[in-house]
Amino acid sequence: MHAVSEIVVADATKAYGDVAVLDRVSLEVAAGETVGLVGRSGCGKSTLLRLIAGLDAPDTGRVTAGGAEEEAARLERCALMPQADLLMPWRDALGNASLPLENAGVDRRAARAQAAELFAELGLGGFERARSWELSGGMRQRVAFARTLLAGKPVLLLDEPFGALDAITRGEMQEWLAGALHARPRTAVLVTHDLDEALRLCDRVVVLTARPGRVACELDGAGPADPAREQAVEALR
Amino acid sequence: MSRPRIGWAIALVAILVAWQAWVRLRDVPDYLLPAPTDILAALRDDRGRLASDAAQTAGEMLAGFAAAVGFGLVSAAALHFSTTLRRAVYPLLVASQSVPVVAIAPVLVIYLGFGLAPKVAIVALVCFFPVTVNALDGLRSVDPEYLRVMRTLRGSRLSIFRRVEVPWALPAAFSGARVAASYAAVAALFAEYAGGSSGLGETMQTATAQLDAPLVGAAVVVLAALALALFAAVSLVERVAIPWARRAA
Repeated sequence: MHAVSEIVVADATKAYGDVAVLDRVSLEVAAGETVGLVGRSGCGKSTLLRLIAGLDAPDTGRVTAGGAEEEAARLERCALMPQADLLMPWRDALGNASLPLENAGVDRRAARAQAAELFAELGLGGFERARSWELSGGMRQRVAFARTLLAGKPVLLLDEPFGALDAITRGEMQEWLAGALHARPRTAVLVTHDLDEALRLCDRVVVLTARPGRVACELDGAGPADPAREQAVEALR
Repeated sequence: MSRPRIGWAIALVAILVAWQAWVRLRDVPDYLLPAPTDILAALRDDRGRLASDAAQTAGEMLAGFAAAVGFGLVSAAALHFSTTLRRAVYPLLVASQSVPVVAIAPVLVIYLGFGLAPKVAIVALVCFFPVTVNALDGLRSVDPEYLRVMRTLRGSRLSIFRRVEVPWALPAAFSGARVAASYAAVAALFAEYAGGSSGLGETMQTATAQLDAPLVGAAVVVLAALALALFAAVSLVERVAIPWARRAA
């Protein structure tokens, strides 16, 4: 375990109405670490991500980011990339990516210039003026990722970023994301229902049980024959 | 011409031919029902008067419509931001729609005189509601996921409003504006009935009194043209202003 914990989730419980979504989940993510959060659909992965992001509060237990527990402070440290790309059709690709800069008060032209540099790095060169409906699923996710990066926050929360993509594009995008995260190391939490994807991209993988989500087990880059992997596969069944 | 447009034109021609035949074959007197050709003749003979009437009525429609859009959008934003205001005012706004224009038009004439002001006010009153309600619905129907993602992207309340809620609401606001555009002509007509000395409404009133049905018909045709023109103009502005709305849907 790394020395400094950027994210700490301690005994967090969350229910929506009568439906218990998370049940005493504890989790720590060290600064600079990439952690995968794996579980079946509806097990509360996205809810947990929202708690970390500061968009919601746990019913009981504690969630901190950078040592701070207030929602506003967590919101200040975390950028969330949602499952659907949520690009805005009234903005072009560059305008979508530069949104967080404009929100932070950067002049529109300067914001676009800054986003354009990142576009070149992320393989989006030439698509600056494209509208969301003109982009493929993979390209849209890249724009959404650029937007998340440009929020300039120390923690990236990625909620099934490749969930809507076909298998081939998904494979390409996994490689692309691994490269992008390697080039700009951040603390990152990647939610996915695909154990292999998590193992490929993350330093450590936390497996949640079916709803209400609890931590079933943790893996450190387990190989195919690792017994921990067997355990994880069992938990996901 | 595309197929639906051909259908529309064929239907119109068929109605006109049947109408003309009915009037001529049954020898219907023109003060009861003028033939399309009588209306056409009135359009030609009275073109000077109809043109100046149309200019007057169009001015009232445009000014009233513009005021309604302006006030409607500002009101929608205010009602969107303040829950208290929305709870207090919204039911009254809905209830106000059951007050007939014919009832309030004379009162407005008493307050505002016989000039342009009461007519613009009446058109604005009629057009205000669809703009406000549609724009407000648009502002309130933003996908909450967008609001969440904006919050994690350093979006303040104001930047969420500017960069997400307003563009999201534009298609709905334009729908409201189109409905309002289609009301504007009839509203202007009511206003002129209530106290006008010029305009298509006034011409219709005097022509009716003189049993000059062809002129009434001609004024109706001109009024319909004005209504269609305003509707088409709003649709055109919508296409130019928010081209993404049709593509993204």
